[in-house]
Amino acid sequence: MIELDNITKIYRMGKVEVPALRGITLTIRSGEMVALIGASGSGKSTLMNIIGFLDKPTLGSYRLEGVDISRLNDNQLAELRNKKVGFVFQTFNLLPRASAAANVELPLIYSGGSHKRERTMEALERVGLTARAKHKPTELSGGEQQRVAIARALVNNPSLILADEPTGNLDSTSTSEIIAIFKQLNRDGITVVMVTHEPDLAAKTQRIIRLMDGKIISDEKVN
Amino acid sequence: MKLIESLTIAIRSIFANKLRSSLTMLGMIIGVGAVITLMSVGRGAEASITEVYEELGTNVLSVIPRSPEISGGFALSPVYAPPTLTMADAKALERLRSVDAIIPINENFITATAAGESKGGLLHGSTAEYLQVMNYTIAAGQFITDRNVAGRDMVVVLGSGVASALFDSDDPIGQNIKMKKQRFTVIGVLEAKGGAMFGISFDDIVIVPITTYQARLYPQQTAAGEDAVASISVQMTSIEFTDDVSAEIEDILRRRHRLTGDDKNDFAVVSSEQILEIVGQVTGVFSIFLGAIASISLLVGSIGIMNIMLVSVTERTREIGIRKAVGAKRRDILLQFLLEAATLSFLGGGIGIAGGWLVTFVISQLDIGGFKLAATVSPDIVILAVSVSVFIGLVSGIYPAMRAARLNPIDALRYE
Repeated sequence: MIELDNITKIYRMGKVEVPALRGITLTIRSGEMVALIGASGSGKSTLMNIIGFLDKPTLGSYRLEGVDISRLNDNQLAELRNKKVGFVFQTFNLLPRASAAANVELPLIYSGGSHKRERTMEALERVGLTARAKHKPTELSGGEQQRVAIARALVNNPSLILADEPTGNLDSTSTSEIIAIFKQLNRDGITVVMVTHEPDLAAKTQRIIRLMDGKIISDEKVN
Repeated sequence: MKLIESLTIAIRSIFANKLRSSLTMLGMIIGVGAVITLMSVGRGAEASITEVYEELGTNVLSVIPRSPEISGGFALSPVYAPPTLTMADAKALERLRSVDAIIPINENFITATAAGESKGGLLHGSTAEYLQVMNYTIAAGQFITDRNVAGRDMVVVLGSGVASALFDSDDPIGQNIKMKKQRFTVIGVLEAKGGAMFGISFDDIVIVPITTYQARLYPQQTAAGEDAVASISVQMTSIEFTDDVSAEIEDILRRRHRLTGDDKNDFAVVSSEQILEIVGQVTGVFSIFLGAIASISLLVGSIGIMNIMLVSVTERTREIGIRKAVGAKRRDILLQFLLEAATLSFLGGGIGIAGGWLVTFVISQLDIGGFKLAATVSPDIVILAVSVSVFIGLVSGIYPAMRAARLNPIDALRYE
């Protein structure tokens, strides 16, 4: 369960303070599939980064599964990211010189543990890319690269997947494939939070949270 | 994360970018190679030269002309010091106690020819005791005798280098050679001695009676018109008498040269030890000079590594962001970059050692005028070069690595 209370984020650009989030209070229950939508600059990506503790809030408290995130140090946050959270980015963010399998294996290297190869292949199988394991990202299509990124996100069996405009760089066929994968992961019990600005993608989730100027302006269930 | 995994990541990353890695290593290779080669050559030169002087024997004093007007080392230079020593001076020194032998020596460069062959070398004019004082032995025939000296005989003793150049495998004894268009009869050949001074082998030498040298080859007079000698070598019975004998020589020669009161000596008495000391200083400077050049190469190599490490971290900011996003801790990133730097330094250092070793070996095989530089790579040089290179590799890796490890994951990810 994600509990955000009065989360505020202010960026400093020289002497000017730019507020990106102004007092976000929000609860996302385990197993939900949520879309964060809003115009660019509305703060939806910032919010997602804070949920994945890639970034720290200026004010406010954040509890993940009952743990107060602000009390954790960098190492503990790294470990939590490694074990609980999987990220999917608009630009894929794969290591360009490493094979698909090596990219998927990356979180396992930092978590230790055994059966790396099996778990890597299992994750690739879940996104239907077993045949492409040895290919480098440059040898894969956009949709395939994003599926590698998803495999990397789920290889460590996270409870939360955060996706920032995951289909922003993809064609419509790849988009529906990616969305289908997310829906499947959600059915498997993983909480999915997806940032998007496409209304019809958002409509495929269970709940749509709309941001504007760093504030939540609506929060509705999808029927 | 286990060390072995970090190492795997580091090695993978080195191989993933071969150009960057090889350029980094190139700096290291050149630096380490230069240090090893230059320091080995310097040491070799030092050792060879010291060996040469030790060969002369430490119980020999040399008396040489000295310019009274000039101070410092130049006063002993033949360019500034006019001839002041005479055959009569050498004769007068013979009454010294604690002395085995006294020989006057005149020297010059000469080209000797025989049967169409010619060979350049050092010409010495001296007396019968030359053999003993200069530590040579006769291989064939005989050495110059007192009678040869008295009779100004046109006889010559050849060093082994000259003998083999002129006569190949023929027996030179009794044959004639020509020097300055005059005919000399070979009466003896010296045993090969090895070693060289200022690039001239000790075996490329020709010895004639000093009287013949004066009369027929290079006559030289003092200002007073007496027959001059270039130097007088005094062999003492023991090295302990160095101070006493030096003082006596000074006494005798000052009286003979009519120097009184504050008059400065127009000659100098130099012991082999002193020469060894001066030579040691010269070769020491030479070694320091080579060492300095080598250090500069190593420094330049290190700056190269530092530069490439910095660029590599900047270039890989996104990679760092990705790694942090999937759970890499600060020390994981630090370790990765440090291991990369260390692996590159070790590899580069290793290749540098091999290269330096090879070049040193080639140099030690070169024949420089019958003289080989005994350059050998000693373990301390290798340890020095490698520890410096690895140290520099790590230091230049640490700063960028720390910068990389400190990056906020989201800032690193956003980096373009």
